[in-house]
Amino acid sequence: MFKKIGCALLFWINERFPLLNMWREHASEYYAPKNFNFWYFFGSLALFILVIQIVTGIWLGMSFNTSSEGAFSSVEYIMRDVRFGWLIRYIHSTGASFFFIVVYLHMFRALLYGSYRKPRELLWLVGMLIYLILMTEAFLGYLLPWGNMSFWGAQVITSLFGAIPFIGDPLVEWIRGDYSVSGVTLNRFYSLHVSAVPLIFVGLVVVHILSLHHVGSNNPDGIEIKDNKDKNGIPVDGIPFHPYYTVKDQFGLVIFLIAFCSVVFFAPEFGGYFMEHPNFVPADPMMTPEHIAPVWYMTPYYAILRAIPNKLMGIGAMGGAIAIIFLLPWLDQSPVKSIRYKSSIFKVALALFVVSFCTLGYLGMRPPTDERTLLAQVCAVIYFGFFLLMPVYSKLGKTKPLPKRLR
Amino acid sequence: MSKYEINTSRRKFLSAVTTVIGGVGAGFAVVPFVGSWLPSAQAKALGAPIDIDLAQIEVGQKVTVAWRGKPIIVVHRNEDTVSKLSSLDQKLRDPKSAESNQPLYTTNGFRSIKPEFLVLEGICTHLGCVPTYKPEAGEVDASWVGGFFCPCHGSKYDLAGRVFKGVPAPLNLPIPPHRYVGDQIIRIGEDSSIV
Repeated sequence: MFKKIGCALLFWINERFPLLNMWREHASEYYAPKNFNFWYFFGSLALFILVIQIVTGIWLGMSFNTSSEGAFSSVEYIMRDVRFGWLIRYIHSTGASFFFIVVYLHMFRALLYGSYRKPRELLWLVGMLIYLILMTEAFLGYLLPWGNMSFWGAQVITSLFGAIPFIGDPLVEWIRGDYSVSGVTLNRFYSLHVSAVPLIFVGLVVVHILSLHHVGSNNPDGIEIKDNKDKNGIPVDGIPFHPYYTVKDQFGLVIFLIAFCSVVFFAPEFGGYFMEHPNFVPADPMMTPEHIAPVWYMTPYYAILRAIPNKLMGIGAMGGAIAIIFLLPWLDQSPVKSIRYKSSIFKVALALFVVSFCTLGYLGMRPPTDERTLLAQVCAVIYFGFFLLMPVYSKLGKTKPLPKRLR
Repeated sequence: MSKYEINTSRRKFLSAVTTVIGGVGAGFAVVPFVGSWLPSAQAKALGAPIDIDLAQIEVGQKVTVAWRGKPIIVVHRNEDTVSKLSSLDQKLRDPKSAESNQPLYTTNGFRSIKPEFLVLEGICTHLGCVPTYKPEAGEVDASWVGGFFCPCHGSKYDLAGRVFKGVPAPLNLPIPPHRYVGDQIIRIGEDSSIV
């Protein structure tokens, strides 16, 4: 009987809202390539983390005090007095770092299999915008505990805008709302962190998924499954997203949760990498921490900033390092998409890029010495060389022949 | 010509005019939202000038006060320190303070209005840390002659806030606008008329 009522209700809704159509278009009749591997977990995992960040964020906002006098102690209150406050906060803080881990792996997957290539250029651009919004959201959120690293991190990063000629100083005051980072800055960062930026974030994620489903998913072979359809117009190498990949992604989610919960419960500070030690001291405008470093996910760009001796050029290089990733769909001129069929020159270039990116990430966390600065400069050259020389080297070398069907 | 025929050029004109006027209106509507981010009247009031009584500062002593959220360092230097400043010029990146940020009335060899009282913003020009006051020779390393040392990335400044060569900081420590309102009272945040 319940089934009958359920069916009737569904029918009633569907006459007024395209519920079944949406389900079919995006799940039960969305045909994804049958050869998705390990690398294809990270998209759905990123979506999952977005949801837990929103939920834990809403709960944290219930006990957080946005004033500069109250912020630090309200975080202590959440940690010590609010029931399960410690757990909700640790999920949120660990979620921030895991968001970047998952997004970096998701982006690396696109690099491996050429998922940014035609017809997925816009998908890549929207993805890059999401990455920018994620960095903004993380930066804004990092000020909120009002610890000393929060304060000085925001002070250093906002002061970067001061290097822009002519408008620099007024621009910094405009961003901070004061002559230096203060309670005014904290309040506006809170507002942006909990409303404007998450709204844009969710909007972009919707656009990202819609454009993915419009062009169809790429796959580890980098060939189009839509080129090979059966008489019903269904790709022969495609399988419905639901139930095949919903089930596969649930398996990935379980593995993810094992790692995630291990950190949340046993190492939430992760040795000072997820939560920096100077942030356990309240913000003090008169005293800097021994060494100011951003959280690990920003450090590759921070290392590039410091590697350039000129302040304005350093900021330009840092901005350029992010901007250049947007151009990837047009820089890659290889006749094939996937690393499986690309030339060995491309494989070497990609390997060098990964090594230099990770090295920059390490260097950005350490205090600079002459040797480290030199190494950062070498890595920055490799970083930019990977992108700028790509139109040349991606055409060179022998690619392997593409298969007709997915292997 | 029918009464109901579409006049495309009029349509285009009206669309263009509506777009332009609507755009201008939207532009004006943005003003309060952008303007709202500027420092409020309260923030400006809190950033008002402050007075420091120099008579309270002993020779060799350093005092730090907060102005606009920044640490302002005042040092009472002795004559010996001031006279030795010019001997360091070879080791400094910008000995004449040509590149650095300071009011015109402090762009001189000792970087202050009165030689004995040095006023600085305690913000390292590298990445904005607060340098510590190390007045004694040999306090930081064997060749140390006394000055300011940044604990973050090891930038070194002399006792006029001038940066040494071979450290990450590019410029001398900035000097805030200030003036003498009495013989022994200094006001931070207002410019001096002496040039």
